[in-house]
Amino acid sequence: MLLNPAVLALLAVSAVVTLLMTLAAAFAVRVLRHWDITSGSERQLRLERRTYLIATLVAFCCGAEALSLLLFVYNAEAMHTQFVGAMCATGVLNVNRWGWPTLFLQIAAFFAGAVWLTLNRLDNQGWDYPLIRVKYGLLLGIVPLVAAGAVVQALYFLNLQPDVITSCCGALFSPDSAGVAGEVAGTAPRDAAVALGASGVLVAGSGAWLLRRGSGGWVFGGSALAAFLVALAAVVSLIALYVYEHPHHHCPFCVLKAGHDHVGYWLYLPLFAGAALALGAAAVAPWRGVPSLAAAVPGETRRLTWLALAGFGLFYAVAAWTILRSGLTMVGVWW
Amino acid sequence: MPIWLQRQKYLIDFTLASLLRRRAKNLGLLLVYALIVFALASVMLYTHALRHEAAHVLAGAPEIVLQRMVAGRHDLIGEEHIARIGQVRGVQTKAGRLWGYFYDPAVKANYTLMVPPDREIAPGDAIIGAGIARTRGLSAGDYLTLRGSDGKAHTLRVAGLLDARSELVSSDLVLVAEPFFRAFFGIPAGQYTDVALRVRNAQEVRKVAEKLTLLLPDTRPILRDEVLRTYDAIFNWRQGVVAVLLLGAILAFVVFAWDKASGLSAEERREIGILKAIGWETSDVIRMKFWEGAIVSLTAFLLGYLAAYAHVFLADAALFEPVLKGWAVLYPRFALVPTVDGLQLATLFFFTVFPYTVATIVPIWRAAITDPDTVMR
Repeated sequence: MLLNPAVLALLAVSAVVTLLMTLAAAFAVRVLRHWDITSGSERQLRLERRTYLIATLVAFCCGAEALSLLLFVYNAEAMHTQFVGAMCATGVLNVNRWGWPTLFLQIAAFFAGAVWLTLNRLDNQGWDYPLIRVKYGLLLGIVPLVAAGAVVQALYFLNLQPDVITSCCGALFSPDSAGVAGEVAGTAPRDAAVALGASGVLVAGSGAWLLRRGSGGWVFGGSALAAFLVALAAVVSLIALYVYEHPHHHCPFCVLKAGHDHVGYWLYLPLFAGAALALGAAAVAPWRGVPSLAAAVPGETRRLTWLALAGFGLFYAVAAWTILRSGLTMVGVWW
Repeated sequence: MPIWLQRQKYLIDFTLASLLRRRAKNLGLLLVYALIVFALASVMLYTHALRHEAAHVLAGAPEIVLQRMVAGRHDLIGEEHIARIGQVRGVQTKAGRLWGYFYDPAVKANYTLMVPPDREIAPGDAIIGAGIARTRGLSAGDYLTLRGSDGKAHTLRVAGLLDARSELVSSDLVLVAEPFFRAFFGIPAGQYTDVALRVRNAQEVRKVAEKLTLLLPDTRPILRDEVLRTYDAIFNWRQGVVAVLLLGAILAFVVFAWDKASGLSAEERREIGILKAIGWETSDVIRMKFWEGAIVSLTAFLLGYLAAYAHVFLADAALFEPVLKGWAVLYPRFALVPTVDGLQLATLFFFTVFPYTVATIVPIWRAAITDPDTVMR
């Protein structure tokens, strides 16, 4: 293991978050078993009071998870100097088999947390805690995700061997390499551009429908998720090439480097925020029928949809700007 | 202004006033908090600046240094070795270097004697580093006498001092002419300490090193990247060790923060009771307490970080220097270039604000669920 402060901080944060989430899960089980809003019993009163604590704890944990996802990527990027063969975060994540699963679990926990927070926010607006069982049921699903993330991350950091020669982005994100990364890198830029544009239109269309009609939340959430995945693939197969001004460099992490003006953060932050907000809108929209939420749902859905569209819009704008200002000219070759 | 923002503004306003009403209690917490940030930030800023300095210094170093090994020990390398390197493609320039160590019993310190590759020095003259000048009390025009390998005294005239700005690498340096160096150490002509190789394409360095080990099996190549990586690992490790040592302090701070947050005075309880009686909800009280924590954290973080910045870059990190820098008779005096890194800031945040917040959540909730009638009765 490499004894470095960022690694220590990440391990400590994931351990504390897992502990707090486990406490919250124990409470969730009690809510699912005993919650009865019509009862005036002491137990019900205790549960009602405790929901404030647990909601605050979970909100805090979700915030910490989001920040530690950022720190994890930033740290992987910074640690590349310590491994032979690593030139960016890709090489550091490749050092052992736990690197990529850690990243994916953290991303999954981030989205699940975001959905939980929006549901919690909506639930707090209803006088009779209408979504309490849904919310705590979902929490029971998130806790294993967070715990698995913590365990896999610990395995990753504990098994970091500085003498391992790792392979970096040039090898992984190459059309010749086997696996998903190779497939994505091998996608023709023209196809990627078409898919990116189509997914953008789909998100905008379903978002507009949701804003206008107030229905179709799941369609919007599904299109946003699809657009998110297409966007990630497009970063590898299209946008990155224009950032590096090199037709064969596909790395999705080198864009985070200072040498490329940290443009990666401008791409990923709005994209992740947009997708999380869209999933939030999808989770909120179906509850219009609940009497105590009838007033809150339309406003909340509209707000989340607008914010999600703004996030996606910013991502597409930055991507377009990156391609337009690039010195790479492939007219006649790709276009 | 949107209602939400206005609400937060009033909450902050109220929180600030409430914090100021209990000045003594909050000042104690703020001081301890800032001290924790200060200690951790000092270590991080200092090691980061040292690492930065090492990388800066090594930026001009040759990509590969080739040393000849005899029975596992570093030995002199002959001209015939250098001639054979000429066949390796990718090597831009190659030059034999002459340098060595000399122990001066007068000051009980090692000097580095070196023949500079890029400047002419008259035989009998020497240009010395600021550390030696300081320790031996020398200035330009003075004489420096050293006992050579032949047992005779060799006298050098100090022709000049090396620029103090380069002291980190030149503190113990004595630059001499080649004839003097060979006579002083008894090194025959055609022999060198090691060979410096320049490789233009960074991606070829490893390949060149591999070819060199095959071509000259009795040598070992030392890569600049490897040296940098080692520095990185060492400084990270030192930082980590100090952070582990400070974990005890962080835990103590967590207990302290928990205690402070749960020890609500009767007056504070009454205040919360009244707020709830006039219509505040539990979530409002939690929000107010959240702002209280945020204000304390932000102030402590800023104070601690600024103090650490001053400590490291203005006071030369007087408190942590012996642990983090190491020690030597001819230790260079150098001013570190101030550098602030995002990763450092984020890590520091997780080491300080995160534990503080965890420690205060439960006490905040306990305060927030207070029943108005029980406290006001």
